[in-house]
Amino acid sequence: MEAGPRGTRMAAVVAAAAASRGGGRLGLLCPPRRGFVLHCRRPGLKRGAEPGDSTQCRASRFSPPNKSCNDWIGPPDRYSNLRPIKFYIPENESPLEQQLRKLRQETQEWNQQYWANQNQTFSKEKEEFIHSRLKARGLGLRDETGKKVALNAEEMADFYKEFLNKNFQKHMYYNRDWYKRNFTITLFMGKVALERIWKKLGFKQVCWCSI
Amino acid sequence: MLRSGCDVRCAHGVGGTKWRCPAVREERGNFADPGKESVAFRAMTAGLHVRSSLSLTGQVGACICHLGRKTMQQTPHRLMHLFKSGNKQWITFQHLNFLKHMCLMQLNRNLNQQIKPKPESSASLFLEKTSSSQAKTVVHEMRPISLPNLPLSTISNQKELKELETTPEVESLGRVGLESKDEKQWKEMKLQMDDLPGILARLSKIKLTALVVSTASAGFVLAPVPFDLQCFLLASVGTGLASCAANSINQFFEVPFDSNMNRTKNRPLVRGQISPLLAVSFAICCAVPGITLLTWGINPLTGVLGTFNIFLYTCCYTPMKRISIANTWVGALVGAIPPVMGWTAATGSLDAGALLLGGILYSWQFPHFNALSWNLREDYSRGGYCMMSVTHPAMCKRVALRYCLALFGLSVLAPLLKVTTWTFPIISFPINLYISYLGFRFYKDSDRISSRKLFFCSLWHLPLLLLLMLTCKQSFVGGK
Repeated sequence: MEAGPRGTRMAAVVAAAAASRGGGRLGLLCPPRRGFVLHCRRPGLKRGAEPGDSTQCRASRFSPPNKSCNDWIGPPDRYSNLRPIKFYIPENESPLEQQLRKLRQETQEWNQQYWANQNQTFSKEKEEFIHSRLKARGLGLRDETGKKVALNAEEMADFYKEFLNKNFQKHMYYNRDWYKRNFTITLFMGKVALERIWKKLGFKQVCWCSI
Repeated sequence: MLRSGCDVRCAHGVGGTKWRCPAVREERGNFADPGKESVAFRAMTAGLHVRSSLSLTGQVGACICHLGRKTMQQTPHRLMHLFKSGNKQWITFQHLNFLKHMCLMQLNRNLNQQIKPKPESSASLFLEKTSSSQAKTVVHEMRPISLPNLPLSTISNQKELKELETTPEVESLGRVGLESKDEKQWKEMKLQMDDLPGILARLSKIKLTALVVSTASAGFVLAPVPFDLQCFLLASVGTGLASCAANSINQFFEVPFDSNMNRTKNRPLVRGQISPLLAVSFAICCAVPGITLLTWGINPLTGVLGTFNIFLYTCCYTPMKRISIANTWVGALVGAIPPVMGWTAATGSLDAGALLLGGILYSWQFPHFNALSWNLREDYSRGGYCMMSVTHPAMCKRVALRYCLALFGLSVLAPLLKVTTWTFPIISFPINLYISYLGFRFYKDSDRISSRKLFFCSLWHLPLLLLLMLTCKQSFVGGK
């Protein structure tokens, strides 16, 4: 299911999952599904991504069971600590549902890229800082027993402060974008839920049990 | 064996505890992490950080974390013992190695999520985790304490062992690799109605909310009016609902940040147990009745204060955490408002006594939070949080000490404003002196030990101070 002409991309519907998550009983009848989508692409297949680019999440070979009509969420990514989602796409995905799914997919990739980059940059700069400080003191990276030498909290505080100040603008832009995306996604989820309810009411006006 | 077992469960759509096993293991590792993100509803708690409550549970949590880690490490040994004890299944050395590998992978995965290697004890781990909430109001920031999860995790662990014991196809163990382990950690994002109460409790930070409600109750009881039980209950419920709403919105905003901090990475939205839409709906369903209750059930002033506090916490404090260090002052204000609400609920007016109570909670926030945040500087820096402890460490220490000393002054104001008798400043003098001493030590030493001492002291200092106030409450009839 995962292998296709385009690689790892598979379509999935979010709306069905969103509605079923919200109601618990909604979506009992699983529409025929077209498959699941990896929210992220394999390293090397994305435009501009280099092979082994760790800002893209590891492509998991996990495949949700055939009977499942919901999204699936995985363990936290090693670099970004964010949990990847495999989105479900039903056959009768509406334009609104598709829009929501694409927005969620794109936001996940964007988030993945940001946090993987953030965490790795932090680690790298921290190591460089420690090395430079130890070098300035004439110490090696490891002590006599072979253990890594660590700086104390006060010394590290200089680095933390510098890192925060240096990346302040980047953090601001991220915050602003994240809030926008989060609001938009939630709004779309609401619209999709209403659309589903409306459909159910429209098709089954008398049967309240299906709501 | 394991894989086929899980697949069978999967095919039957059993999402539940089986798929939660890996997460439970994660939680075990996080017991000592009361939650860095003190995004709790500051408004509701009169400046009481969850941290205080977290500290108490955190100490236990730290032990549990340590125990949890030991359990994980001992699991392979336990399994070997089980297999040796006459199990009919064919166990190979390969299978045992795989199981050991699984457990180690889980442990490593937990450690990998910490950018900075943490060689310190689990107690300090706890402190770091708890201090994630920048807010001075510890009470506000109720972190989902992992303590209640302990029985679940140990039960799940035992269940896992039993499953391994009874699985018939042991030989397939050898074929199950890392892939299988990864696959097992994938969970269906389907809302389990049975789990919904627990999920909503964690979403609303129920323990923090409870602390917020208790400070509001203290404000109600301290007001110089006859005690009205109905009004008291309405105020408590209304405040509690408002706090739930604020905490839920806070978590809704902070998903990616919570994911990157150990204390908060097991929150419901982070784990995908609930959708953002449902979280917002829940918040609205709490806020509307809560504010309505406060406004129409009690008085408009309390309703306005509640609404303002929700706004302050969700729309000011939460975004400000990454913009400016001024967020700490806003957070202190959020924590100061609940006891004021309690007072206005009882009296209907914003008296000097209400402001005094708010002032005490406001002052308390600073030593509490600043001490807590001192050991979380790395995580704050990486997460992009603007906290005094990171960007202005000298100010952080100074402010903590300053507000410790302010508590003396406020304690003396209490009898002057006729809130308490003159006994109160006298009997509260020792505890105020002690926290001030620790504040001074923190100012001078500025290390992990002094910050932890100050933090833990703040946890018992506030409840005790409020209790002393209650016992020294001046009778409104005319004084005894």
